[in-house]
Amino acid sequence: MLTIDRYLRPETLEEAYEAAQKKNSVILGGMMWLRLGNRRIGTAIDLSALGLDKVEETDDAYRIGAYATLRELETHTGLNELTDFALRGALSPIVGVQFRNLATVGGSVFGRYGFSDIITLFLALNASVELYKGGVMPLSEFCRAGMLKSKERDILTCIHIPKENTVVSYKAQRNQKTDFPVLNVCAALNGGRLSVAVGARPLRASVCLFDIAQDNESETIAERTAGSLIFASNKRASEEYRQHLCRVIVRRAVDEVFAKSADGGIRSGKPNPEVI
Amino acid sequence: MEITLTLNNKKITADVPPDTILLDFLRERGCPSVKCGCETSSCGLCTVLLDEKPVLSCSVLAVRTDGRSVTTLEGLQDEAAEFVGFIADQGAEQCGFCNPGYVMNTIALLRENPDPSDDEVRAYLAGNLCRCSGYEGQTRGIRAFLDARRAGKL
Repeated sequence: MLTIDRYLRPETLEEAYEAAQKKNSVILGGMMWLRLGNRRIGTAIDLSALGLDKVEETDDAYRIGAYATLRELETHTGLNELTDFALRGALSPIVGVQFRNLATVGGSVFGRYGFSDIITLFLALNASVELYKGGVMPLSEFCRAGMLKSKERDILTCIHIPKENTVVSYKAQRNQKTDFPVLNVCAALNGGRLSVAVGARPLRASVCLFDIAQDNESETIAERTAGSLIFASNKRASEEYRQHLCRVIVRRAVDEVFAKSADGGIRSGKPNPEVI
Repeated sequence: MEITLTLNNKKITADVPPDTILLDFLRERGCPSVKCGCETSSCGLCTVLLDEKPVLSCSVLAVRTDGRSVTTLEGLQDEAAEFVGFIADQGAEQCGFCNPGYVMNTIALLRENPDPSDDEVRAYLAGNLCRCSGYEGQTRGIRAFLDARRAGKL
C-alpha cells in the first residue's frame, strides 16, 4: 500500500530540487509503478506546474520534457518522421492508451528500468538527458551510472534527440501483447556509424557501436552484439533464450536499416508498427 | 488538501488526503461505473476521461486532478447510448464487468478518430481486458455502429 504524508506541486525547479533532497521525498512521474509499491512517502513532489510536458523542436534537436507522456510521443508527427515511425512502433504495444496517457517519458528514463522500450530506442538515437543541476549528459552515460544517492537527487528536466539523418529499426519480442518485452533492439544507422541498442535483457539497455566501413555484415554484427552483452534469466525468459533472440533480432534490425539505407534512406512516410 | 475540479460538468470542491486514489474518490462521489479490476494499471476497467483523455483512475492521485476536468460514464450517458446497443446485439457482453471501461475508451477513440479501421479499434482498445468474450464481439459491435452511422441509419 502506498501512503503519502504530503503532496507538493512546486512552482520552480529550485523549489522542487530542495524538496527532493529531503528524506522520504519522491518525485512523481506518471505513477504507474510507484502506485504498485508498498511504501510510505514523506513528500510526493508533482512537477506538473513546471511546464515540463512539452515537446519542442529546435534547429538541431527535439527537446522532450520529462513530463511528456508516452502517448504524446507516440502521436508526435515530427518525432515519428525522424525515427521512421519506430517511436510509434516501440510505444504502442505498452499496455494501453489509458496507461500511455499517464506514463511519462521522464519516469521511464529516470528509473532506467531494464524493461523500458523508450530507453533502448533513445540510446540508439544518440540521445542526451538534461538534469537540473547535473546539466546535459549522454543517455548512455546516464544509464551506466548507478542510481543516484539520496544526497544527490537531481531532477531530470528533458531529453534531447538530435535531428540526424538516421535510418532506424526498432523490434521487440513479447510473450504476449501489452506485456513487458523479453528483449528489445533498436538499430540506427547514421552515415558510417551503426548504433545497436539492446534492452530488456532484462538488465538495463546498452548500446554497441559499429563502423560500417569495417563491419557491414548483419550476421557478424549480431554475433558480436550478442557476444559482448550480459543477459540474465527471469520468469519471462532464460539467459540462453535472450542471447539467442538477440542474435536473431539484431540481424533482422540491421538488415532492415541496411535495406532502407540502400534505398537512399528514404522515409516511407508510413507507420512501421511491426513489432515481432 | 482541498481540491477543486470539474466532475461530469459540475464544479466540486473536496478535502482529500494526499494518497487518495482517484478511483476511490469518484466512487465515494456517486460514480459506481468506475470499478476496480486489477489495481495494477493493466485492465482498463477504471477508465475515466481526465481533461478529455482516457486514463486509468486507479493510478491517479485525486489531488492531481485539482483544477482539471474528470468525466465518468455517469456524465456520458447519451453519448454512450449511441453505440452500446450495437455491442449488446453482438452478444459481446457476457458478465458485463468490463463494459464501463470499454465504453469509456470507445468514446475516447471515436472522439479522436471518428472512423477507425478494425485494426485501429483493436489497437486503441488493447488496454481493456475482457476475460469472457475474446474481444471479437466488441469489435463487431463497434464495426456495426460505425457502418450504421456511415450509412446514415443513426
